[in-house]
Amino acid sequence: MLHIVGGNVYDPANGVNGEVRDIYVSGGKICDGECALGVGAGVGAGTGQRAEAIDARGMVVMAGGVDLHSHIAGPKINVGRTLCPGDHRMDPVPRSGSMRGGVGHIVPSTFVIGRRYAEMGYTTVMEAAGPPMEARHVHEELDDIPMLDTGMLLLMGNNHFVLSLIDAGDRERLADYVVFLLGSTGGYGIKAVNPGGGVNWRRRGNVGGLDDEIDGHQITPRHIIDALIDVNEELRLPHPLHLHCNNLGQPTSAQTTLETMRLADGRPLHITHLQFNAYGPKKGAPFASGAQALADYVNTHPNISVDVGQVVFGPAVTMTGDAPFQHSMLKLTRDRWTNKEIEMETQSGVVPIAYSKNTYAGATQWLIGLELFLLLEDPWRAYLTTDSPNGGPFTAYPWVIRLLMDRSYREEVAKTVNKKALEASCLLELTREYTLREIAIITRAGPAARLGLRNKGHLGAGADADIAVYDPCSDREAMFSRPRYVIKGGQVVVRDGQAIQECFGRRLLPDLPARDDVASWLAPQFAQLYTISFDNYRIDRERFEPCEVVPCR
Amino acid sequence: MAAYEGVVCSFCGSLCDDITVQVENNAIVSMTGGCAIGRNRFMSPPEANVPLVRGCETSLQEAVDAAARILSSARYPLVYGLSSTTTEAQAAAVRLAETLGASIDSTSSVCHGPGTVARQMLGIPTCTLGEVRNRADVVLFWGCNPVEAHPRHFSRYSVQARGWKTPDGRRNRTVIAVDVRKTLTAKTADIFLQVEPNSDFEVLTALRALTNGASLEGDTFGGVPRSQLAQAAEALRGAKYGVILFGMGLTMSSGCQHNVYQALMLARDLNDYTAFAVIPMRGHGNVAGAEAVMTWLTGYPFAVNFSRGYPRYSPGEFSAVDLLARGEADAALVVASDPAATFPAVAAARLRQIPMVVVDPQFSTTAQVAQVYIPSATAGIAAGGTAYRMDGVPLPLRRLVDSEYPSDQRILNLIEQGVRECFTS
Repeated sequence: MLHIVGGNVYDPANGVNGEVRDIYVSGGKICDGECALGVGAGVGAGTGQRAEAIDARGMVVMAGGVDLHSHIAGPKINVGRTLCPGDHRMDPVPRSGSMRGGVGHIVPSTFVIGRRYAEMGYTTVMEAAGPPMEARHVHEELDDIPMLDTGMLLLMGNNHFVLSLIDAGDRERLADYVVFLLGSTGGYGIKAVNPGGGVNWRRRGNVGGLDDEIDGHQITPRHIIDALIDVNEELRLPHPLHLHCNNLGQPTSAQTTLETMRLADGRPLHITHLQFNAYGPKKGAPFASGAQALADYVNTHPNISVDVGQVVFGPAVTMTGDAPFQHSMLKLTRDRWTNKEIEMETQSGVVPIAYSKNTYAGATQWLIGLELFLLLEDPWRAYLTTDSPNGGPFTAYPWVIRLLMDRSYREEVAKTVNKKALEASCLLELTREYTLREIAIITRAGPAARLGLRNKGHLGAGADADIAVYDPCSDREAMFSRPRYVIKGGQVVVRDGQAIQECFGRRLLPDLPARDDVASWLAPQFAQLYTISFDNYRIDRERFEPCEVVPCR
Repeated sequence: MAAYEGVVCSFCGSLCDDITVQVENNAIVSMTGGCAIGRNRFMSPPEANVPLVRGCETSLQEAVDAAARILSSARYPLVYGLSSTTTEAQAAAVRLAETLGASIDSTSSVCHGPGTVARQMLGIPTCTLGEVRNRADVVLFWGCNPVEAHPRHFSRYSVQARGWKTPDGRRNRTVIAVDVRKTLTAKTADIFLQVEPNSDFEVLTALRALTNGASLEGDTFGGVPRSQLAQAAEALRGAKYGVILFGMGLTMSSGCQHNVYQALMLARDLNDYTAFAVIPMRGHGNVAGAEAVMTWLTGYPFAVNFSRGYPRYSPGEFSAVDLLARGEADAALVVASDPAATFPAVAAARLRQIPMVVVDPQFSTTAQVAQVYIPSATAGIAAGGTAYRMDGVPLPLRRLVDSEYPSDQRILNLIEQGVRECFTS
């Protein structure tokens, strides 16, 4: 039992915009006035427990943060950890009380990931890219991330069976197979990364656009994206197709991304880390901002949502299923590079880099991210991410929030970046400052709604009691990096910016519709093409407990 | 009688998962599939071991209490082993090491650890074994002998294996072997480069130069004639999908991580021309899992120390052999490995001097000199969990028969509980 008294509540999903409200919590859920009667008297309704009261007068109360795209668990983030012993050494995290220790900064150890997210007021995070064959590994790491409810987006854009079924025009079996993959590996939604490019990467090629040929198939990236959107919508999965576009990082990326959004043609589509796809050509420079055209399109097409993938100055580790792009990054950095191909289904690359404000490229990427934030008009369809740790670690979110809320600070920082980049940018003309309501949308309400998480991202009756309470402060970075309280499932887990109690969340799984079993046609092909048995590919359902089954749309 | 299909054999890094096992009266009575190594382990009746404290038979609880007392009163405890158990047990061992403020190390530090250090310096282009089976037309074995150490590797993954783009198996592949002697693996190769002992770095450097078309003076390199090297370089560059598989001949000969660094650079260079991958031929069934678990829990793959309350990494400082050889560790917990039989003499001697707790299904050489021995259920036979194949593919281990003793994971959790009680009392 918990009673949060007198805070200024920002709950945009329920139309509450800073009004003073009391929040009541019982049984891990937020409850309404009726349950409040018992609580208000200081005694839990029927339980005889005294309600713990939190005096939130003068404080800002929001739902727990929701991150819909962050690389937090699985083989490729573990590779990132392997590549960064020096970075870990600079940020040791001692154990304290019940909280286990580890290492932090760019690619933290699992316990520290949970702790640091919670210490910013976040309570739900979606792993951005899980390979089906190594999904067990993703789940093992997610199990070791405390404080958060978690799920995994599942890589399908270069999967042999997905492509072959699209080749054959067999949408029924494609839907059966998608349901099989999600169900048997514990995936939350469909992720596609540079569709088709990974197939051609097997001969160290790529695709250069939506209509390029894919080795061994009659289809193009356009067909893959089109079919995966269709299947996603036919199944009415909680989250739309989560797409990392072709040509990411190239000066052609903005054009390709525009074409990709047009191809959605009104159907729901989430474009992830838009900043990395928002580059246009420029004479005498590696690329220019394509933010305006992309933002214009998104602004007028409510079927599209995006997360920004803001870059943060300093070291980062790029990790993605876009292996061909990562090889081109190696050619720039000439530093560490890991590449992995996973039989029949996916591939990845990991490359540590650093974003410098002094270079044209680094400054332009930073500027493009901010341009997008400020040009995208509907916060319900534009979410805060750094594509952590690709654009920088998630722990930089409070800094990004300050850049969005505080124009004079933003301009002060902008004036310190590469001059040529700043001159080419429209940033200084953009006067918009995000409000607390808008921040609550892009960090909680919006991503929760887009993920289809009806119990997350808001403070209405029946919502999960995941709550963040902040001390208002004109320095928004300080405010959002040190919540006064964070409540997870009704328990106070963070006090004064410090995690005080370890708790473990649930795995988020979609309530998959019943489809035909694929074993009859898939198992024989699987035995030919994979080196593990079909039965061992499937993960027992009990492995995902405790889980929360999220209804489809 | 119960039949289990698709059983994973976790007794080498290949983790073949096509084994069928028949169980009757809580005993494995037959097994199909699998190699001699696996058969030996699956078909041997479980040892009738008992918990021992100073050689005297005791109860599980007494042994756990004694273990907790030894470890909690040590000034510098060492937790070591881990490679032949489940990831769940490995995670429990890390937790215990954190509680103890101990150093924790896996068998990695005495096998493929230098390769891991090279991966930290450079990264690795790699792939799963299915890509090798389905695509690889050039396969290079360096300092490893799978015919004897991974008996089904050739047929399931790398040489005779018939795959998607390799329908004719062996005939679709050029096999190159590099070793200091003509091993059984080398005898099957199309090209065999016999290197002088401890000259792998030199040979790799010359091979890289030739692969990149650089001019090179000299007729032989580390005992390998230039013409042979040129032939190998041509084969590598001609690959559609090439793979380098390396073993301890590379990681544990003179040069260690620098040898592997050079092999990784060779593959990196080749990726400018064609697709090339590298896979370490991990020996123990779940040594890859041990590195993965330690990396996600601590940030570091092996040789980790918790004495300051947070993990620190320093191979050579916190690695087991070094800690023991310098006489620093004053108590040890050994899980699922046999260091007293395999460590260098000075390190093994120290292990015999200090109080030691051994958790192992087998009454190993190490167990025989331990103060406390706790038998556990064998992972993959009498205990379930997860193991990671040499290429990082995780597979489920099943409990096929019941053991009177708990899993390694359970025992480690009990010891940790005991240690906490010792610390608070």
